[in-house]
Amino acid sequence: MAAAGPVQLLRAAAASSRRWLFSASPAAGTWPGCGSAAAAVRAARPFSLSARAVLSSEDKITVHFINRDGDKLTAKGKPGDSLLDVVVSNNLDIDGFGACEGTLACSTCHLIFEDHIFEKLDAITDEEMDMLDLAYGLTETSRLGCQICLKKSMDNMTVRVPEAVADVRQSVDMSKNS
Amino acid sequence: MLGWGQPLSPLTSSLCLPLPGFRRWLCSAAAAPRVCVVGSGPAGFYTAQHILKHHGGAQVDIYEKLPVPFGLVRFGVAPDHPEVKNVINTFTQTARSGRCAYHGNVTIGRDVTVAELQQAYHAVVLSYGAEDNRVLGIPGENLSGVHSARAFVGWYNGLPENQDLNPDLSCETALILGHGNVALDIARILLSPLQLLRKTDITDGSLAALACSKVKRVWLVGRRGPLQVAFTIKELREMINLPGARPVLNPADFTGLEDAVKDAPRPRKRLTELMIKTALEKPLEKPLETVSPREWGLKFQRSPQEVLPTADGSRARGVRMALTRLEGSGDSAKAIPTGDMEELECGLVVSSIGYRSLPLDPAVPFDTQRGIIPNSSGRVEGVPGLYCSGWVKRGPTGVIITTMNDSFDTAQSVLEDLQGGVLDVSTSREGFGAMESILRSRGVRPVSFSDWEKIDAAEVARGKAAGKPREKIVDLQEMLRIIGPQPLLSDLCKWLLLVPL
Ligand SMILES: Cc1cc2nc3c(=O)[nH]c(=O)nc-3n(C[C@H](O)[C@H](O)[C@H](O)COP(=O)(O)OP(=O)(O)OC[C@H]3O[C@@H](n4cnc5c(N)ncnc54)[C@H](O)[C@@H]3O)c2cc1C
Ligand SMILES: NC(=O)c1ccc[n+]([C@@H]2O[C@H](COP(=O)([O-])OP(=O)(O)OC[C@H]3O[C@@H](n4cnc5c(N)ncnc54)[C@H](OP(=O)(O)O)[C@@H]3O)[C@@H](O)[C@H]2O)c1
Repeated sequence: MAAAGPVQLLRAAAASSRRWLFSASPAAGTWPGCGSAAAAVRAARPFSLSARAVLSSEDKITVHFINRDGDKLTAKGKPGDSLLDVVVSNNLDIDGFGACEGTLACSTCHLIFEDHIFEKLDAITDEEMDMLDLAYGLTETSRLGCQICLKKSMDNMTVRVPEAVADVRQSVDMSKNS
Repeated sequence: MLGWGQPLSPLTSSLCLPLPGFRRWLCSAAAAPRVCVVGSGPAGFYTAQHILKHHGGAQVDIYEKLPVPFGLVRFGVAPDHPEVKNVINTFTQTARSGRCAYHGNVTIGRDVTVAELQQAYHAVVLSYGAEDNRVLGIPGENLSGVHSARAFVGWYNGLPENQDLNPDLSCETALILGHGNVALDIARILLSPLQLLRKTDITDGSLAALACSKVKRVWLVGRRGPLQVAFTIKELREMINLPGARPVLNPADFTGLEDAVKDAPRPRKRLTELMIKTALEKPLEKPLETVSPREWGLKFQRSPQEVLPTADGSRARGVRMALTRLEGSGDSAKAIPTGDMEELECGLVVSSIGYRSLPLDPAVPFDTQRGIIPNSSGRVEGVPGLYCSGWVKRGPTGVIITTMNDSFDTAQSVLEDLQGGVLDVSTSREGFGAMESILRSRGVRPVSFSDWEKIDAAEVARGKAAGKPREKIVDLQEMLRIIGPQPLLSDLCKWLLLVPL
């Protein structure tokens, strides 16, 4: 059995860090989403930090996420990045986000948009609608984060993570108490 | 048998905790909560993930009856849906983390009792899924040529217990009973062009059988109407777009439905509209790729009464159906037999009317009526310290995300009980240390996650040669052979002596 001391605190479940390790694995070539720019980012993710660093901060787009517990998470991404990319590359801690890794096979990256942003999003495909039909807490302004690519006009937008379960429970976090 | 409480010999106790530093930590620190999860499907892994994430000191052991992990993600999800299996990446990350351990090849309820687990762990979470299927309970159900969807899916997905199924695919017409997503999965596998399946992780054996299949027509038969189908739109659309197979829907089945769903919730509305559109589409609008096209269709309001035997009684030749009318509307509509009957001819019957959980152990309450462990928010009724998640908690419906959400809910209950003192962690528990010696004494050889990674690597290597993502190993003994022999006690002793104290 693997011996583990308390020092080995882990955040195994963080929706984010794990994908850095596994970003080379997704199903070959069938990623829908933000077109070639984002696909290239995904393919090169483990090495893209330096490329990213070259971009001046003005080129970046700021996105605020309201998490399930009401916490506000703020992160930046490049034009063309999908919102799933933003969550993954900034290690945003949103439980269960992006389970199928952006292949339109689940609805865990469901996000709720502000009206004025929603109206200007690119048209939705039948396939995305099909997956959204299974999402929890579907609203009139819901989309899948893996299908939404950042544009300049989205700078400073706020998106909301829907409640996962019907009854809102006070969540317990004892991750820092040992 | 070595029971809890019996003094362990110095040798076995050091075997349980081979690293002295770790042992010291166990004694000095406030006891780390030890949680055990039974079953390594999505429910087991998502429950473990949530507990590990939100409790910085918890140790979680996942027990699995098979040597290989991931439950229905490996043995249920269709081979042509590899993207769904991406969740395995997250599960792997959890399993590799320092505070989680995987112990495969251990059947709880047989090799170890739940009571023994409860003594070794502060909390036990049952996430063992649904190992059986519902039965129709009609004459002829056991004839040759009739299979449960569970066995059929297990066969093409490499589940060891179903490798001898040997379904007879020499008939032209197959009948699938049930209108769920599993029914659609099976219809798709039966009708998919071989060149599509060849690139998936479908087993070599089933691919060979499908290559000789004569099945060219599949009817999916439901006891209720189009507004009550249980499958979802993505899977239906995929079936409609399947190359080389033509949908046959009777427009008369959909009369008036457009109006009926005008105000229905969006998923039901869009699903119904897609069926109507397909039914009304002129058949030749879709090019027919093959000389003798394959076809599939949906039949409604037919409730199976008897599987009809051939003249010599040796196998199935069709199913007698009672026609039904619907009483009530929407999801709760009931199918009432009209008294009229109809015989549908076929050579293969697959009964896809749902999975079913089984009771695990007399110590665990079980609601046989609903096929679940009675619980509230995952706390097993009447048994403090015992929890459940996934299909055994909720019943055998719901996609992986549904399972994820209810597993997080159960994990939350465990965390609340740890925080609120409901779970007494003042005394330390030995966890796998205690189990290991029990298992050894019973001749059970647990499989670790790195053992599984050896099997995984062997499967991927075999698949590579055939241009597939993996070739699953379908024989339990072969899996164990690949892992290699269990380290001998004497080897471990030597190793222990080499470790600087
Ligand atoms: C054919 C099929 C296809 C599906 N396809 C999809 C899909 O494409 N997308 C999707 O989102 N959902 C799909 N689902 C649903 C999804 O698989 C379930 O929601 C999910 O697997 C349920 O998780 P679970 O952990 O409760 O059960 P399981 O996945 O069944 O896991 C239970 C585990 O417990 C183990 N176990 C059983 N008994 C014992 C014991 N006594 N001791 C130790 N271990 C034990 C089992 O071996 C198994 O590994 C599909 C389901 C089926 C049946
Ligand atoms: N791609 C995917 O996402 C995917 C793939 C496979 C499975 N899954 C999920 O896994 C779960 C299990 O799927 P499933 O197909 O096994 O179950 P299901 O969705 O519950 O469907 C069962 C079907 O069997 C019918 N049925 C039940 N008892 C019957 C009886 N006695 N006689 C005739 N018909 C009967 C039901 O009809 P009634 O409604 O009339 O009872 C229903 O049409 C589902 O939630 C499914 O969505 C998902």
